[in-house]
Order: sequence, then C-alpha cells, then structure tokens
Amino acid sequence: MDTTLPPASQPSDVLMEPPSDLMNDPLIEPFSSLTENKPTSKIVSEPSDDFVDLTNNLADSPEDAAESVLADVAIDTTEIPLDEPSDDFVDIFGGETEAPREEVVIANVTVKAAAAADKSEVTSDVTDPPGDLKTGSDFEQEANETATDSIIDLSDDLLSSNAQKPPLASDQFVDPLVDFLSDAPPAADAKIPSRATVDLFEDEGNDLFTEPRQTKSAKQQQKSLFGEADEDLFGEPLGATTKKPVIKEPKGKPVPTKAARDVSNMGGPLQDGYTAEPADIFSEEAVTTVPSIKKTSAVNSKTNGVHSEEDTDIFAEATVELSLDSPQEERKKGVPAVPSASAPSVSAATSLAKPQSASLEELDDDEEEEEEEEEEQEDKFDISISVKDPEKIGDGMNAYMAYKVTTQTPLPMFRNKTFTVRRRFSDFLGLYEKLSEKHGPNGFIVPPPPEKSILGMTKVKVGKEDSSSADFVERRRAALERYLQRIVHHPSLLQDPDVREFLEREELPRAVGTQALSGAGFLKMINKATDAVSKMTIKMNESDVWFEEKLQEVESADQQFRKLHVLVESLVVHRKELSLNTASFAKSTAMLGSAEDNTALSRALSQLAEVEDKMEQLHQDQATNDTFNFAELIADYIRLLGSVRGSFDHRMKAWQRWQDAQAALQKKRETEAKLLWANKPDKLQLVKEEIAEWEVKVTQYERDFDRVTATVRKEVVRFDKEKARNFKREIINYLECLLQSQQQLIKYWEAFLPEAKAIA
Amino acid sequence: MRSVSVDLNHDASLLIDIPDALCERDKVKFTVHTKTTLSSFQKPDFSVPRQHEDFIWLHDTLVETEDYAGLIIPPVPPKPDFESPREKMHKLGEGEATMTKEEYTKMKQELEAEYLAVFKKTVQVHEVFLQRLSSHPILSKDRNFQIFLEYDQDLTVRRKNAKEMFGGFFKNMVKSADEVLISGIKEVDDFFEQEKTFLLDYYSKIKDSTAKAEKMTRSHKNIADDYIHISATLNTLSADDSTANKKHCGGYYMSSFVFLQKVEGRVASDQELKLTELLRYYMRDIQAAKDLLYRRARALVDYENSNKALDKARLKSRDIPQAEEHQKQCLQKFDKLSESGKKELTSFKGRRVVAFRKNLIEMAELEIKHAKLLRTWLAMV
Repeated sequence: MDTTLPPASQPSDVLMEPPSDLMNDPLIEPFSSLTENKPTSKIVSEPSDDFVDLTNNLADSPEDAAESVLADVAIDTTEIPLDEPSDDFVDIFGGETEAPREEVVIANVTVKAAAAADKSEVTSDVTDPPGDLKTGSDFEQEANETATDSIIDLSDDLLSSNAQKPPLASDQFVDPLVDFLSDAPPAADAKIPSRATVDLFEDEGNDLFTEPRQTKSAKQQQKSLFGEADEDLFGEPLGATTKKPVIKEPKGKPVPTKAARDVSNMGGPLQDGYTAEPADIFSEEAVTTVPSIKKTSAVNSKTNGVHSEEDTDIFAEATVELSLDSPQEERKKGVPAVPSASAPSVSAATSLAKPQSASLEELDDDEEEEEEEEEEQEDKFDISISVKDPEKIGDGMNAYMAYKVTTQTPLPMFRNKTFTVRRRFSDFLGLYEKLSEKHGPNGFIVPPPPEKSILGMTKVKVGKEDSSSADFVERRRAALERYLQRIVHHPSLLQDPDVREFLEREELPRAVGTQALSGAGFLKMINKATDAVSKMTIKMNESDVWFEEKLQEVESADQQFRKLHVLVESLVVHRKELSLNTASFAKSTAMLGSAEDNTALSRALSQLAEVEDKMEQLHQDQATNDTFNFAELIADYIRLLGSVRGSFDHRMKAWQRWQDAQAALQKKRETEAKLLWANKPDKLQLVKEEIAEWEVKVTQYERDFDRVTATVRKEVVRFDKEKARNFKREIINYLECLLQSQQQLIKYWEAFLPEAKAIA
Repeated sequence: MRSVSVDLNHDASLLIDIPDALCERDKVKFTVHTKTTLSSFQKPDFSVPRQHEDFIWLHDTLVETEDYAGLIIPPVPPKPDFESPREKMHKLGEGEATMTKEEYTKMKQELEAEYLAVFKKTVQVHEVFLQRLSSHPILSKDRNFQIFLEYDQDLTVRRKNAKEMFGGFFKNMVKSADEVLISGIKEVDDFFEQEKTFLLDYYSKIKDSTAKAEKMTRSHKNIADDYIHISATLNTLSADDSTANKKHCGGYYMSSFVFLQKVEGRVASDQELKLTELLRYYMRDIQAAKDLLYRRARALVDYENSNKALDKARLKSRDIPQAEEHQKQCLQKFDKLSESGKKELTSFKGRRVVAFRKNLIEMAELEIKHAKLLRTWLAMV
C-alpha cells in the first residue's frame, strides 16, 4: 500500500469525487464516467503543444462536462513538451458530438478489453466493478509509464480489500480519515481569503483571477470591516475550500490518508451496498465527511448534469446486460464501480502534471482554477439566444405579438452561426407542449414558458399605448428570453429536433391547442399535478429518502417563493408609491420655493425640488429593477418548481406502472398455479406465454422507473445548481442596479449641498 | 437631536431642558429642568413635573395676555400621539402567526424604534417650545412662564371643561370669520400688506409640502418594512435548501437585504426628522405669525372704529374727550402692535431661513452619508 507516493496519491485525488457520484445516482454514474474515460485516455496518449488553443476549441464544443475535464487536463499539461497536433482533439470531440452514443460505449469496451489484454493479473474479472478501477489505473500507467507496478499493487490491494474484506478495509482506514478531517479545517482557513474574493468576483470577470493574490486579500480585509458580512462571506469559502485540504493532503501524510479516503469511501458503499439503499450510503457518508463531500459533489454534479443525456442512453443499453439481476444486485454492482470509474479522468490529469512538477501547491492552484473555469464555462454556454423587438401583428382581438428570436452559436448542429426567426407567443407555448410531452415522462424538468395572460394581452390588443401594456410586453419578452435560454442550456433539450426547428426554421406550423395552457388553465394543470403528486406519495411507499426529502424541500421552497413573490410585488407597489409621493413633494417644494421671499432659500428650495424630481426618476427605475431582476426571477422559479414537481409526478407514474405490471404478473402466476393444479395444459400454455410477456413488461417498467428516477435525480441536482447560480447572478445584478442608483443619488445630493450652504 | 427645528441663541441666564419624560398610558409626564442665574427665581437649579396640558395652559395664557398681542407666541406643541405605533403594534400582534419568528422580532424591534422616535420627538417639541419662550426677551419675563417653571407642585391646571371647550371652538369660529372680514380691510402699511399675502400663500404651500413629505417618508418606511419581510423569507428559503452553495447565497443576500432595510429605514427616519419635522414646525410657526397679523388687523379695525366714534362724537359734540382718549389708546395700541409685529416678523424670517439652511444641509449630508454607506456595501458585494 505504501510502496510509492505518486501512484497512491493519484487515486486519492480522484476518489474525492466518488462520494458525490454515489449521491447522484450510483446506477448511472459508472456508465457516464466510463464515457469520460475515453476522452481522458486519449488525452493521455496524445497531448498537445498549444493547449491554450485547445482549451478554446474545447470550450466551444458542446460537451461541457467532458470539456471541463479536458480543460483541466490541458491546464495540467501546460509544461509537458508534446509532439502531437491538437487537431486530433477537436476531431475527437466533433466526432463524439455527432457520432451515435453507441460508439462511446464501444470505445469503452475496447478500452476495457485492451486493459484486460495488457495486464493479465488485473483482468481476473473485467466485468466486476473493481475491474473498472484497474482499467482506470491502466490509463494512468500509459500516461505515466513509470510507476506501473505500484499502481497495480495499489489497485490489487484495493481490489482485494474491496472484494473480499470490506469491513477490514474500512476499519483500517477509519482512523486516518478522522485525523484528516480534524486536520482539514485549519488548512481550509488559511486558504479562505483568496478563495473568497475569487468567488465573490467571479461574476464580474476573469481579470480578477489574474490579478495578484494580494489585491484579493486586501479586498477581503476591507470586507471584514462589516461585521455582518464576515460570516456570510466566509460561509462559502469554507465549504469551497474544503476540497483543497484533501488535495493538499498528499504533502502531509501521503499514502495512508489518501488511501484511507479511497477505501473508506469505497468501503462504505461496499459494506452498506449489500444491505442498504444507495441513499442510505449517501446519508451516512454525509455525516462523516460532510464538508469535503458536499463541495465535491456540487462540482461533480455539474459534470454529471451535463452528461446526463448521453448517460441515459448508454445506461439503457448497459442495463440490458444487468436487467436480469435484481435491482439490489444491480445496485451492488453499480456502487462499487462508481469510484473506480470516475477515477481515471482526473487521475490522468494529476498524473500528467506530476512528472513535470511534483509541486502539489501548483496542483492546488490548478485545481482551484479548474473549478472556477468549470463554473465559468458553464456560464457561457456556446449558444446565446435573444428575444427582441416585440411587434404587434394584426388588429383587434386577432392581433398577436411576434418576437424576433436571434440565435448565435458556433455549434455545428446548426446550419448558420447567427440566425433570426419570428415567433409568436403561441409558438413558444407549442414548443413547451412538445417538449414536455416528449421529455416530461422521462423525468426531465422542462422549463415552462410564461403563462398566457388574457388581461395583459387584451390590453395590448385593444392597443392602449399606456405604460402598463408596454410594461407587460417587456416583462413577457424578458420571460420568453429566459425561457428559451433555459431550454438551450439544457444539454438534452438542446438536442431536440423541435428546439432546433423552433430556432432555425423560417415558418413553423401554427401551434394548436395552446389554449389549454392559457392563464388559469396552466395554473390548474400545475395544481392538478401537485395534487396527483401528493396523492401518489401517499400511495407510494417511498423507498428513497432522497426523493422524500427533496419533494418536501421543493414544496416548502415553492411556498416560500410564492410568499417572496407577494412581498416583492408589494415592494414594487411601495416603491411606485414612493416615486409618486416624491414627485408630488417635488412639485410642492417648487411651489414653496416660489412663495419664499428669501432669494437664497427660494433657490435652495427649487433646487431641492429638482433633486426630488430626479429622485422620483430613480425610484421609478428602482421599481423597474425590482420588477425585472427580482420579481420576475421569482415568478420564473415558481413556474420552474411546478415543473420540478411535474417530474416527480412522472416518476411516480412510472412507479405506478411498474407496480401495476407486477400485480398483473402476480395474478397471472396465480392463474398458472390454479391451472396447474386443475391440470389444464392447453390453457396453461397460454398463461405461460402471458406470464413471459408480463415478466418482460415488469422488467421493462422497472427499468423505466429506475431510469426516470435517475434522470429526475440528476435533473433536480442540476436544477438546484442552476437555481443557486441564477439567483446569485440575478441578485448581484440587482444589487448592481441599486449601486448605480445610489451613485446617482449621491451625485444629486452632493450637487445640492452647496446650494443649501449658500442660504444666507 | 437637540432643537432641530429652531436655532436658538441661548441666553445663559435661563436654560431649560426636558431631560426625562415618563409615559403613563395616554399621559406623558415631562420633567422640566431649569438652570438660571436670574434673581427672579428662588433657586438656580430646579426641576418640576409637567404634563402636556400644562403646556397648553401656558400657551393659552400667553396668547390671551393683551401685552403680548404684538408678539409671535411660539406655537403650542402638538399633543403626544402614540396612536400610530400602537396601532401598528396591535396589527403586528395579530399577524404574528403569518410571520417567522425572526421576522416578527425584527418587525417588533422596528416598531419599538419607531415608538421611541415618536416619544423623543414629542419631548423635543415641548422642549423647543419652552426654549423659545426662554430665549424671547419679553416672554421670558412672563410671570406665568416663571410659575410654570418653578412651582414644584402639580400645577393642577384646570382642565378645560366641556363648556370651555365649546367656547374655544366658538372663539375659533369667530376668529376665522373675523379673519375673512379683516382680510378685506385695506392695509395701510406696505410691509404688513406684503407680509400678509406672503404668509397666507406660504402657509398653504408649506401645509401642502408637509403633507407630501409625510407621505414620502411613509413610503420609505414601507419599503424598509418590505425589506424586512423579504430578507426573512430569503432566509427561510435558504435554510430549507440543502445545497450548501445555496445556503451561502441565501444568507449572503439576506444580509444584504437586512442592510438595505437598515439604510432605507434610516433614510426614512432622517427625512422625517430633518425635513418633515422642519416643515411641520414652520407650518405651526407661520400659523402663529398669522395670528399676530390677525391681532394687529383687529387692532387696526378697532382704531378705525374709534376714529369713526370720535368723528361721531365730534359731530354730536358729546363725549369728545372720551372718544379722543379711546381713539388715542387704539392708535397707540395699534402702533405698538405694528412696531413689535414688524420686529417679530423680521426676526421670524431670519430664524426660518437659518433653520431651513441648517436642516437642508443636514439632510443632504445624511442622504449622502447613507447613500455612500450603501454604495460601499454594494460595491463590495
């Protein structure tokens, strides 16, 4: 186990991530991360000179997750002299995006086979989960070409400990882990300042990253002047940096701790995997290693979310092999495979960096930046959509609003880089209908469009050019833009032909039946779904704690969001009132100024009136800011939460179907027994056929349910992530608007001050 | 917090303040503390308990004193009004169930602060009233004023009974009817003519401004209250969320909303203090000045009437000396009134300008201060 430092540390770096995989969904993860294997292994074998270009290219490619991994690798490989052209990279990527997913799987299999052929000792059983780990380590070996033996030793060790005596393994390593945990906090503290600033400013631009650390820490200090602020500012960094100590760890006590981490993580699942549900594993893990796992999971889940689309397909195929096993067994296989499977991707990265600079400190930085970059990259998806120029077409009650939808993207799946189409509101609704029909049952969270508003639209139709109808149109335009952006930023929805058609095609067939979505109808639908969910929950014996908790969370979030929405609306109303009152005060002050007989005071008063006039404008702008940056965002999330619940609902439905099928199968079996007893061979044959049929159905439905469950899980994780990011961005945006108005306010009052002083 | 609305140049010989006040149900007991070097007082330093009604009594006796007709009698302080915070407190209690505990606590704190502010303001206006009396060269010598300050027992001012209340009401009616009558009288003096038009105009304007400013401040307060609820809801929202990231965000933004609320609340209370109070005070002061003009006009009418009476007497050759005497008295009274009125109004003008200047500067500075604070905070976020 403690033969050599580098190989041992590699898996550990990698294995920080597994727990999160476990949390996400053990069933799918192995396969998804296997797909990651391919790109990474390629990188290992064909590095590139100009990796900067490479990263750029990669950033343009649609596969965000893989890309981030690649980007990481690329960063790590900076200093490695490499011969092969970077073109290959892009090719691989291009190929992968367009190529059918089976190819990935095949590639995987071949890799596995190759690994098996290479190392005979390791290949004792390729199909076994630990075998995957070895394939992972094989990649490392290819990359490293130095410490091959030790890695095998390690993996052998791991293999044996995992496969044969999990309890022992965990026993051995629990202690170091505890040590490590107690050690971690100080380390994390040390890192906080720089990290905190990075995080705070990440939305403002990259340049801050490149700035020297000193500035950051200086800013940090400034911030700490605010008593309240501190806690909050530090709240995140602590969570964020907990990842670092883990990486840093190799320095301090290299082998045992890291290995302990691996094995305890793996050992846990193994131990529990046989008896308990994956969710349990998660909760147990969470208790013991909360901080680090949480963060890693957050980072990882992102990757997973992006991959999800591929995953499901692969999964579908992959499960065919496994489908004969009981779900329990399936899980058993899935769980142990998780850590090993996801291992190679990052370990390859680390191992590449190692030969050049053993400095782990650097690695830390890299990793840190990787994280940032990952986040950044997700921010700027390669497709940007804008909805502009709302235009009223037609007259009277047949009038409708058409919007210009402009798409800008370098993605090869579109014919042009930039294109614009005109769409009317019902087209947007139609798109949603299609998408939710197609993807809803699979557990995807389809972003909902804004509701139809009969009142608002009637006003527009009647043609009143007052501010409220302009306000309405602008609100709707922004909501539609956000709606489309959410769709195209969803990796699987982007692939949908209907989305492409919506964005690209000149003429769309008129969407019909969108009336069902109008106003109250839409709300009713959501409510119905909610009711159904609650009803089903009672019926369904929820075996998954995660879902139970999540559902509750969603419910309460929904409630809170609704409350918040009401509050923000009232804030807007009050702000508008303030604006009005300020205006009337300004007028009144102007009158007072004209009545005043002291010239200087009179002037000051009329100046004050002017200031108040400007304030009125500021308040008005602020009210708009309240509305657009805050109230609308919340309204969006109320709608989105409805969709989330819808996806939960679909999961229930899948479960219901499975249960029904099982009941039917049970009945058939009973009939069979009866017939057997009654000795009626002719009918028996028929029933047997039916049983076979139902058995197939049951397995299929069960698989469906598992798949939907996995998708929902992934989707919800993605949703949470998005939500957090979205909120952060929007609120920062909001506060920035506020900042600007404050700046204006200062200007106005400062201009007024000398006037007041001039009163003699 | 001291004498916000009026800038008084204190005469060290008579210093008055209200260091303490006690609120018992509807009554507020003020402790009036006097420090003096004047020999007319028995002790150089003493305190007496006084109620709002005592202040009213003092004001009324001053107004009724003939000799002070030519002076602007400082406006009587408004009755302590704790109704609005009390009512709000009541409402809050009713709405307790709909709020989170934290939200409730915060709202309560806010209301308590508001209550305290109202209380302080009440004490302050009463103090200002006394200080204006004490700084006035003639009024400070008033016997009743000295009794008010010195008499250490309860003044047991006769509270107005119903009849007197009605009488007061009737008097007001007569006065306003008179005002209408008198306003038609041709003014002999340009200064007073100007002053009259100015004050009438100014009064209506300032009344309007005061109402508007009040509304504006209230809106500000509403916004501050909204922020409280929003931050509390955000807090619950983030507490519910299991994602570590979100938790941080929620708390983080919640704290910014708490901050927003604080700043907005402070802007509101400062506006209230510096602007609304100023306007309100001068609204009352102008009313007092208008009363002075009314009294002068009354005297003018008396004088004119006495002139007519004298003419009549001369015509009838009867009671001429009496009429002459009366006419002379009226003229004297009117002249005296005009003279002191002129002085008073001029000083009032200067006082008003100074007070406006001071308050406007202070308000502008406070606005800048708050905005800068908020800006610094936001820039860091």
